[in-house]
Amino acid sequence: MSDPQTQPDPRATPWWNRDSTDQRVRQLLIYVGTPAIGIALFLGLWSFTASKVEVSFGQLPGPTAVVAEVKNLWLDHQSERDREHQFYERQETRKAKVMAETPKAAWKERKYAGRPTYFDQILTSLKTVFTGFLIASLIAVPLGIVCGLSPSVSIALNPLIQIFKPVSPLAWLPIVMIMVSALYNPEEPYFEKAFLSSAITVALCSLWPTLVNTAVGVASIDADYLNVAKVLKLGWFKKIFKIVLPAAMPLIFTGLRLSLGVGWMVLIAAEMLAQNPGLGKFVWDMFQNGSSQTLAQIMVAVFTIGGIGFVLDRVMLALQRSVTFGSTAR
Amino acid sequence: MTPMLEIQSASKGYGNGRQHSPVLKDINLRIDEGEFVAIIGYSGAGKTTLMSLLAGLLAPDEGRVTFRGQRVTAPGPERALVFQNYSLLPWLSVRGNIALAVDSVHRGWPASRRRQHVDRYIEMVNLTPARHKKPHELSGGMRQRVSVARALAMEPRVLLMDEPLSALDALTRATLQDEISRIWQETRKTMVLITNDPDEGIYLADRIIPLSAGPSATLGPSIPIDIPRPRDRRDLNKEPHFIDVRRRVLDYLLGDGGRAKTTVTRKLVLPDLEPEDLTRPHGMPFIGSRARRRREEKQETVEIS
Repeated sequence: MSDPQTQPDPRATPWWNRDSTDQRVRQLLIYVGTPAIGIALFLGLWSFTASKVEVSFGQLPGPTAVVAEVKNLWLDHQSERDREHQFYERQETRKAKVMAETPKAAWKERKYAGRPTYFDQILTSLKTVFTGFLIASLIAVPLGIVCGLSPSVSIALNPLIQIFKPVSPLAWLPIVMIMVSALYNPEEPYFEKAFLSSAITVALCSLWPTLVNTAVGVASIDADYLNVAKVLKLGWFKKIFKIVLPAAMPLIFTGLRLSLGVGWMVLIAAEMLAQNPGLGKFVWDMFQNGSSQTLAQIMVAVFTIGGIGFVLDRVMLALQRSVTFGSTAR
Repeated sequence: MTPMLEIQSASKGYGNGRQHSPVLKDINLRIDEGEFVAIIGYSGAGKTTLMSLLAGLLAPDEGRVTFRGQRVTAPGPERALVFQNYSLLPWLSVRGNIALAVDSVHRGWPASRRRQHVDRYIEMVNLTPARHKKPHELSGGMRQRVSVARALAMEPRVLLMDEPLSALDALTRATLQDEISRIWQETRKTMVLITNDPDEGIYLADRIIPLSAGPSATLGPSIPIDIPRPRDRRDLNKEPHFIDVRRRVLDYLLGDGGRAKTTVTRKLVLPDLEPEDLTRPHGMPFIGSRARRRREEKQETVEIS
């Protein structure tokens, strides 16, 4: 007969639920292990499906093919950089030679005209989306503040906001492209037209969340704060920067975060059509090439787009949290 | 001598037409320089409305409000306001909140003088150790101290306090009453205190004026308080004059001033759980009349007899 004292109590919490020093390990298992299982299942399903599906140009690429393409794209990037480096070196030696022979010769520097690599395209996309986002914010935040402070402006703009908000980037783009080629014709263009069209299209689509959230944030400022401004006789400018903006900051940042998300999504479509050398153009070009390898490269682009979108969202979330003050605060 | 602040036969109501509800009627009040006046009244009688008239946040429907003989048209830093809910800016520290007021009121001063000024007032309300904290890190009593310091740092001619201590617990309240009393004796600033606690009013003020119950509340007789300062809270209850003043205030509030029925209009925030009124005829679904739900009735008036 075993001693009942040493028998484990059947009502005791099971080992995986027990509150012990292992708790951290357990939490790590839950927060890292569980998503890992999800990802593993996804990859398994993907490679299984890929092995079964035949497309017009061969096998659908599975995870391994896609990972191999990441490596290829990186190698391609490096060799392109090497070529660029060699080009400039050659140019330098030639220049030195020409200068030695005829010191007064007019030497024209040439830029390397190689094609952009995948990583250049990622950079272009980021530049484009942030330009568009900046344009959108510079318009939306001041306009939102005016809307929030003045009910009549808000009522006047509301129908326009409601009409333009749901418009797809694909509808804006032709208008923007025509406007850009009509209005932007400098001697030495600083921006590419395709870049400008994409950025403005991003701005037009990502304007609205910031505008609406700023207006709501400003309109819902505690009347006491505005009374403080009145008693202190703050000027219009000071009232905006010392009271209105900080009070509305949490909602403004919510809007900015939504806007950047929308902008990033819209960007790919805009780049595809405007032929701005970013990720959108990359996807389009690879689609035109139509091979199993390029299909794998498109998949790499999908993961890149998703990953960057996720990182952008997290960064904006961190910024949003940093400007949110205690909610019970007065 | 022109009074510091004066209200002449002012009245104020809210809403238009049938919805009009009178709040204050025939208010006459005269406050001289250096006086500490307490106004005491029921909750919802219109105390905050009266304070907003004095501050200039609201304009009276009839009559006029004057500050040193000049008509009051807008709020200004010469009539600083201490709000019941502190209204500190949550994104600024204790220092930042006071500095904002000092920087905007004393624009002409050099920066070093403004900084010293801010520190002096933080010191005055004993908040120097907490000066870098944000309002949400402070207790209610500390927050109200910041609010008082902010108001005093503007160096106003009049300090208006709208139930500054109502949201605090009894012990913190007593401490802050002592602090306000001390500050008044140090500065001899004109102060107006609105309160719902007779003892607080009598302990602090030179004069106490009851406000009758609303609607159409009006001010009762001004009752002078001739208790020498500094006053000791513990001896107050034995002081015959204190007992007399208290009796007169309560007599007015419970007698003449309380006779008007107090009505409290409050916002109804009810969950939409009530069934629809089934006695009403039903039309086509989605068309025609729909029963009114209680949620849609935004307010109700409760009579307190």
